[in-house]
Amino acid sequence: MDVKVKIRRYDPDIESPVSYWEEFSLAVPETATVLDALIQIREDMDGTLSLRCSCRSAICGSCAMRVNGHAVLACQTKASESLDSEGIITVEPAGVMPVMKDLVVNFDPFWEKIRTVEPYLQPQGPEPEGEYIASNESMLHLSGVTACIMCGACVSDCTVLEVDPTFLGPAALAKAYRFTADPRDGNAEGVSQRRLEQLSMPSGMWDCTRCNECVQACPKGVAPMDRIMSLREQAMDVGLGNNNGARHAEAFTELVAHSGRLDELRLPVKTVGMFNIPALLSFVPIGLRAMTHGKLPPLMHKSVANVQNIRRLFNKVNQSR
Amino acid sequence: MLEHDVLIIGAGLAGMRAAIAAKAGGANTAILSKVHPVRSHSNAAQGGINAALTDRGDRWEDHAYDTVKGSDFLGDQDAIEVMCRAAGKSLIDMEHMGVTFSRDDEGKLGTRNFGGQPIARTFFVGDFTGQALLHVMFEQLVKSGVQSYEEWFVTSLIQDGEQIAGVLALEIRTGVLHAIRAKTVIFCTGGCGRLFEPSTNALIVTGDGMGLAYNAGAQLMDMEMVQYHPTTLAGSGVLISEAARGEGAYLRDKDGNRFMEKYAPNMMELASRDVVSRSEQTEINAGNGVNGCVYLDCTHLGEALIMEKLSQIRELGIDLAGADMIKEPIPIRPGMHYIMGGIKTDIDGRTNVPGVYAAGECANVSVHGGNRLGANSLLDTIVFGERSGRHAAEAASGMDFIEFNESAVVRQEESRIQQMLDRPENGDRWGSIRQDLGDSMNKNLAVYRDQAGMQETLNLIPGLKSRYAGVPVQNKGRVFNTDLVFALELGYMLDCGEAITASALERKESRGAQARTDFPSRDDDNWLKHITVTKGEQGVELGTLPVTITKWTPEERKY
Repeated sequence: MDVKVKIRRYDPDIESPVSYWEEFSLAVPETATVLDALIQIREDMDGTLSLRCSCRSAICGSCAMRVNGHAVLACQTKASESLDSEGIITVEPAGVMPVMKDLVVNFDPFWEKIRTVEPYLQPQGPEPEGEYIASNESMLHLSGVTACIMCGACVSDCTVLEVDPTFLGPAALAKAYRFTADPRDGNAEGVSQRRLEQLSMPSGMWDCTRCNECVQACPKGVAPMDRIMSLREQAMDVGLGNNNGARHAEAFTELVAHSGRLDELRLPVKTVGMFNIPALLSFVPIGLRAMTHGKLPPLMHKSVANVQNIRRLFNKVNQSR
Repeated sequence: MLEHDVLIIGAGLAGMRAAIAAKAGGANTAILSKVHPVRSHSNAAQGGINAALTDRGDRWEDHAYDTVKGSDFLGDQDAIEVMCRAAGKSLIDMEHMGVTFSRDDEGKLGTRNFGGQPIARTFFVGDFTGQALLHVMFEQLVKSGVQSYEEWFVTSLIQDGEQIAGVLALEIRTGVLHAIRAKTVIFCTGGCGRLFEPSTNALIVTGDGMGLAYNAGAQLMDMEMVQYHPTTLAGSGVLISEAARGEGAYLRDKDGNRFMEKYAPNMMELASRDVVSRSEQTEINAGNGVNGCVYLDCTHLGEALIMEKLSQIRELGIDLAGADMIKEPIPIRPGMHYIMGGIKTDIDGRTNVPGVYAAGECANVSVHGGNRLGANSLLDTIVFGERSGRHAAEAASGMDFIEFNESAVVRQEESRIQQMLDRPENGDRWGSIRQDLGDSMNKNLAVYRDQAGMQETLNLIPGLKSRYAGVPVQNKGRVFNTDLVFALELGYMLDCGEAITASALERKESRGAQARTDFPSRDDDNWLKHITVTKGEQGVELGTLPVTITKWTPEERKY
């Protein structure tokens, strides 16, 4: 199978380095992965091409990169399924993290955030002599999260990290959830109160915008965003409601339960608090911009027809919890 | 200058366990690895970790006997006793650290069957036990605060006479060469699988530690014992876990027959790996396979079990061979997987080079002898990683640093590397030398071996070495010059390949993984001994060492 691989390259060793595209034409077996093609380029065509790769079986997490614009593991991506209409596969380094050379990015910020969540089990009670007794279901659930191989694909495609480098990000938050959801971590009931408090701070669990990119990008089915949502539930369950994120969630639910749809004018007011004048003033520019662009929500918010059905739904859900 | 009491090279399970133990022993400890710790090849262990837990009626002695028998009586029984006695506590320690082991109905640790062992004593996390353990060990490394040099590559050892004084290491990210002074060095660099083509091993598994230690005067032992895993995937050759057979999968020939009944009527598919791989190869050679493969049939296990316990290998089958094991048997064949041999150590990780220790696959304690049991490798890394770390720290506390001229050794090494970079283009590539070595090893040192074939490989190696001496490095840059790193690795692979081939030629019998068509039987009278390899002035020097036998006298091996 003839393929063209277009690679975004960068050589920091030259004077005033800039990234550039280079295209390689080669023949690969039908079953080849994108990684196989890159290795073939590196071994047979151009030894100056740098990339990280090792296991070839989607377990070491080395070869996360963007193929045709989305973060994937190159070893898990078939070349034959990655060709565009002109037979080209486009390969770029992972996003968000700074490029060091060609397809190699700097993972320092990634590991720093992993460290921030104190990534090791912290039981509060005495260790049992034998193993901790735990249900297989709880361990299987955790294994769905510990299946994370720290490849950085989720971080690469996270739309919040793209604009806010302080965000803990999907990998670190999923890692944190791996502990908060572990019955062995925290107190005797398995509640990791202190972790949840720290994760509720700015740049933590409430900064995710639920764009779902990390779920799409994750090659191991960890679904980081879903874990972040579970963290939010855990935090609110243990009474960590006194922050904008939690109040936003509460207000959102309350408003929809009341009128059957979101009252976008009252949402920010309820989130930051009626008497929080500085925060409310900070919304003025955005409100003015919305007004001049004809996007200000109606001042008089109307309920949907048959709103009682919506309320019944909410009641039912509340009762079942 | 950077200096440490204990410097661990390699940050897989053995290395990180050693580092944590050395730090706990009060030593100024650092760990250095050419990849980030969680990228290490311990990840690839899928099926589980063995331990005989007394509270469920198992006995460490039974585990030890199974290991001795699995080794075809070449394993040192004192070392095997140490490992199997320590297994229970090591396992529980890992659970306490946070490993999400599968549980039984009572919430206690659950087990699965594994090859060569009549009872289920393999503890597991789905089919990614190695990854689960590796990541938890990394968590503990973070917690311990051990200094970590990530993406650094050791190019040479610094010695004062025989005594280790430190290492020279390339910081891959910057291309800067550093000297690190160390009282003790522990090699935990893994195996050398990439010198076979194909291999289940990751691309980083290039025998660096074995090569460095060998060149520094360390003894290698049992290098001829190379494990071919019975189930590697057609095409790419990646590993399909023994857990599949542990959970009840069958091996079938092209007509659907379960051929293992001819070779191991009691244990069937769960005979030891050497036995199963030989059986498959015999069937394939007899024309009972398809395209050089036989079939692994999981279809009767049911979707629910496969999705809970074998989901990762199912994905690999779909992604890399286009076959879904829920619906159809998948094509597999024996493939190079593990080396039982390695740097000879005592039970505390000491080698014959003062100050140098080794643990994990690069070491040979020897607990695996002629054939390693599945799920004993993870155990080996943890037990002997811990012991080597502890003992290296203890030894270092009574030692002084050895002085050397830092700038002189760095300059000398820089000039050696610069000479490699300055080599003129001659059309040759390190990749093609590795391929030629790998093809020949896989042709002549695989499941079945004979004199003529092995001699062919041994004769090939000097030519490869002379090509290696002139092979150009295309990338002349400093930052992330992987081209240079691969070129350096190839040197270690050639040394390991030579040691393997010379040892295999020397052993004129069949035992464990070494099955010679020209010497088809085991010969305890002449060959119940280890073969050692050291580097002499003329190259490879072979020797022998006795096998330590404590409780279990050699007997005929049947499964």
